[in-house]
Amino acid sequence: MSQKVLLNAKEVNIILHRLACQLIEKHNDFSNTVLIGLQPRGIYLADRIAKILKEDYNITNVKLGYLDITFYRDDFRRNEKPLEANKTKIDFLVEDKDIVFIDDVLHTGRSIRAALTAVQSFGRPNEIELLALIDRRFSRHLPIQPNYRGRQVDVINAEKVKVNWKEHDTEDAVYLIDK
Amino acid sequence: MNTLSVNHLLGIKYLNQKDIQLIFETADHFKEVINRPIKKVPSLRDITIANLFFENSTRTKLSFELAEKRLSADVINFSSAQSSVKKGETLIDTVNNILSMKVDMVVMRHPNPGAGVFLSKHVKASIINAGDGAHEHPTQALLDSYSIREKLGEVGGKKVVIVGDILHSRVALSNIFALQLQGAEVMVCGPKTLIPKYIDKLGVKVETNLKKALQWCDVANMLRVQNERMDISYFPSTREYTQQFGVTKDLLDSLDKKITIMHPGPINRGVEITSDVADSKQAIILDQVQNGVAVRMAVIYLLASKIKQ
Repeated sequence: MSQKVLLNAKEVNIILHRLACQLIEKHNDFSNTVLIGLQPRGIYLADRIAKILKEDYNITNVKLGYLDITFYRDDFRRNEKPLEANKTKIDFLVEDKDIVFIDDVLHTGRSIRAALTAVQSFGRPNEIELLALIDRRFSRHLPIQPNYRGRQVDVINAEKVKVNWKEHDTEDAVYLIDK
Repeated sequence: MNTLSVNHLLGIKYLNQKDIQLIFETADHFKEVINRPIKKVPSLRDITIANLFFENSTRTKLSFELAEKRLSADVINFSSAQSSVKKGETLIDTVNNILSMKVDMVVMRHPNPGAGVFLSKHVKASIINAGDGAHEHPTQALLDSYSIREKLGEVGGKKVVIVGDILHSRVALSNIFALQLQGAEVMVCGPKTLIPKYIDKLGVKVETNLKKALQWCDVANMLRVQNERMDISYFPSTREYTQQFGVTKDLLDSLDKKITIMHPGPINRGVEITSDVADSKQAIILDQVQNGVAVRMAVIYLLASKIKQ
């Protein structure tokens, strides 16, 4: 198994600050905005963006939730591996809110499709945007594109993009791994 | 490990500890789902489930039906009172006729012990036992343990007494298996005539003094006296039963600790427990009902994930 570094810690840090600034440009003081990290790996990115907004840009009222999409996936009973659920934690109303979905890697778009359905269980949002750290170009199965993207990469299907976070994997880095 | 070791839920005795843990962890997620503004997930939209009730039920039937609908399964209901069973059709014929309409899963309550096991050997569908005679009622035991876990943090190491008509109770037997599997201590308490002769062989304590039993336990699971299953008199009168085995507020207050009171329903108020106990903060009877939906969703979801496409 070979692996190649797509982004190192310094590059990840620069990109996260840029994404945070782009969010501020659109959402100002975040009074009507909620950030929702998608389980399982999107929540780390969501935590980090929320932290940057709070600590570096003094936006204190950032509402952050986690959404698990397991029960909304379209591959139930079609996958050899059983689906494992994670915790959903949305303790605010999403009715009329501007939602930003946050995920680490945008690949086929099927997770986002499931998330769009799942979030409806919590109300009718005003609008939904998507922020992805890595956008795998030319691999989409559905007409879904990110509003905010960290880095666009061309990756063949036999390769996997793995995003590491220092809180959980000892370092901030993005790797390209041969499956 | 995130699949069940079984393809049917026929009884707790066929499960292992990991299965129960997986069911509870999955039920945690579904409990969150059923408290959302929109309480439905689309997971089972290509699964059809038949609820076959050859015996009366209110709570269990509603709970299963709601669990199935919350998972977006298609549901058909059958009760033997209005069916061809009365015309002499056999169980296998009835079920095979239903299955030929492309049903994937069967939830069955039947008056004969072992009906679920029998069916699982003869038909191609995932079977969930919703009570078979005086044998097992696995989902009730699971939701009881789940409720204890929710209230007291864990089941292991806890002391649970099951009070009442143990002889006719499938809830008692499934609860004994489930609690022991999770490392709880179990005692049964009731009139000697309503305690099976060899029950101590299952490793449970037997006590005929209610106060001693309550003083010993952390949780008391109060069972209903099943008059409809009694062909002879097992105790002199309901009044005498209540005096010896009915839980009252005064009795609970006389203990030197606060125990948790459970009841699988339907309650005979004033017989096995008084109204003030049933409605007190120590009772988690309505939590049990809510947890029943979440636990049944978990069981159905986990079994459905094993059905081949």
